[in-house]
Amino acid sequence: MVRLRDPFMDCVRRLDDIASSVDFEGNTAKIDATGLTHKELNDLLRVCVEKGAEKIIIKNVCGQRYIGTRLHFPGKKVEIDVFGIPGNDLGMFMNGHRIVVHGNAQDGVGNTMNDGEIVVKGRAGDVVAMSMRGGRIFIRDDVGYRTAIHMKEYRERVPVLVVGGSSQDFLGEYMAGGSVLLLGLTLKNQKHKANYVGTGMHGGTIYIRGKIEQYQLGKEVGVVEMEEEDYRKVESLVKDYLRYFKDSIKNFELDEIMGERFIKLVPVSKRPYGRIYTYYIRY
Amino acid sequence: MINRISVSDGRITKEVQACAVFGVMDRSGRRFRGGMVINAMKNMRVRGNGLGGGFAVYGIYPEYKDCYALHIMFQDDDPGLKQEVDEFLHRNFDVVNDEEIPTNEEASVEDPPLFWRYFVTPQKKGEDKNLSDDDYVVKKVMYINTCINGAYVFSSGKDMGVFKGVGFPEEIADFFMLDELYKGYIWTAHSRFPTNTPGWWGGAHPFCILDWTVVHNGEISSYGTNRRFLEMYGYYCTLYTDTEVIAYAVDLLMRRQRLPIEVVAKIFAPPMWDQIDRMQENERKFYTTLRMVYAPLLINGPFTVIIAHHGEMIGLTDRIRLRPITAGEKGDMLFVSSEEAAIRAVCSHPDRVWTPHGGEPIIGRLRSN
Repeated sequence: MVRLRDPFMDCVRRLDDIASSVDFEGNTAKIDATGLTHKELNDLLRVCVEKGAEKIIIKNVCGQRYIGTRLHFPGKKVEIDVFGIPGNDLGMFMNGHRIVVHGNAQDGVGNTMNDGEIVVKGRAGDVVAMSMRGGRIFIRDDVGYRTAIHMKEYRERVPVLVVGGSSQDFLGEYMAGGSVLLLGLTLKNQKHKANYVGTGMHGGTIYIRGKIEQYQLGKEVGVVEMEEEDYRKVESLVKDYLRYFKDSIKNFELDEIMGERFIKLVPVSKRPYGRIYTYYIRY
Repeated sequence: MINRISVSDGRITKEVQACAVFGVMDRSGRRFRGGMVINAMKNMRVRGNGLGGGFAVYGIYPEYKDCYALHIMFQDDDPGLKQEVDEFLHRNFDVVNDEEIPTNEEASVEDPPLFWRYFVTPQKKGEDKNLSDDDYVVKKVMYINTCINGAYVFSSGKDMGVFKGVGFPEEIADFFMLDELYKGYIWTAHSRFPTNTPGWWGGAHPFCILDWTVVHNGEISSYGTNRRFLEMYGYYCTLYTDTEVIAYAVDLLMRRQRLPIEVVAKIFAPPMWDQIDRMQENERKFYTTLRMVYAPLLINGPFTVIIAHHGEMIGLTDRIRLRPITAGEKGDMLFVSSEEAAIRAVCSHPDRVWTPHGGEPIIGRLRSN
């Protein structure tokens, strides 16, 4: 019989043995993530916040997952700067903190995030903002498949995702709430390549700047005219986008971005698959 | 990601993980050691669970480059088994050289089988004389795998080899001493998280026939259809793992039928019918024909694969990309990986990283001259 091993918990060191990876200066903690496992890095993040850190700078990140996940400290808001490439599920379940990634991110950024902000100064992978339920995410460049899948909202809690570039297929799949803004700044006048946009969507709004054909949209969404209020909302988000990425994006001005046509996608039904998979049920 | 329920310590725990694949090629043909690919796999350790790791390396046996290098594992301790295989090989091949594959006794692996390698050239007799050398080797490999119980040919190409087993990839690399003993210009690797089939030495990736190898993350729900179709062409699946069908399918399509990977990618991961409907007439006809003729080789279910043979390394996902892939390059070096972090772990400043749409292959070819 082959022994079963746990790749997450094998080789995890005790806090005392990894304490030298942290450096405190006033309210700022610096962590060198070289050689740290996911659990070790997240253990250290927790310790830093418990010790009163308000800003945490993590250097040499290379694939460590779940960064910021285990920081449930109601009322506390910590700013985390990530240098290197964070692993999957960055900021998963995050509740109120702010993470800035100085580079690319992988899959599952902001998975089921509840509150706070994630800013990625690069591209991100698949399922960005999956099941997101609050807070904001800004991705400077492109995103992969199934972005904002099953994003949702409840009363005042309305998540927002802004993507500066384009998206691959199934953007907003099964989306149930919240707002997605896709700016298409990386397209260089070509149309978006994404297919099946908004498939199964039954809540929330998707704003798209740049060319996209009707056949690229899912059967469950309709295109409606942008209204005054939509433009105000979009413009405010674009201003934040330009502010967050002003160091690395110099070619774009607010007027230029807002001058192009936007479309607004909304679901045609709140319950698109009510008749699938079940026999007729009388409620 | 794959969800799996497993029983350990009497408790039921849910494990959320997935396999890892990685490939690196020097398109100038320069051969390099395995340290880079081993470190990349270590970076993705949490994608596997130690129940399978393996490597395919191209360009490792230049002194025997005209011989087929057969790597054979003997699952049973029975000495009669190896004798039976030896006699079969001597009847059908010129065995130019054979030896035990060197292994490190200190490596952290459990119950490894016996590994032997044979450098052989075909000795065709009777009606087999009509077969090409490659077809002859495929036929004999299939014979050993299906008719000699407990012996498996897990590598059968020229100037290349597969090394695999049960353990994390870095443990398998340590066991076969890959970093010290071999240099190649393509390395592909796999870390396994077996879901539907047992974790055993033969079930580890890569899967190989002649010099075609495949590493795979995902699960092939069309396995039954694919397998039955391949049986009609003399390929028999014996390793209890879905990925095997892809190795045989690329041998059939790319070697025997000489289709380029650009077409093969569209057989494995064809465009949807509604996309075909919108194409120009020529294209529409082509893709319709492809889907009709090769319907049984459509690979359904989530997959990311890295396919390699001499001169070419290819990364491909299913058409709706249910498994991740990232490509990177720096100069002549091309990387294909489950995660971008693994590329950056071994190449800190790539010229470019990118992720194509589902079903669009990443292709690395040896530069001519």
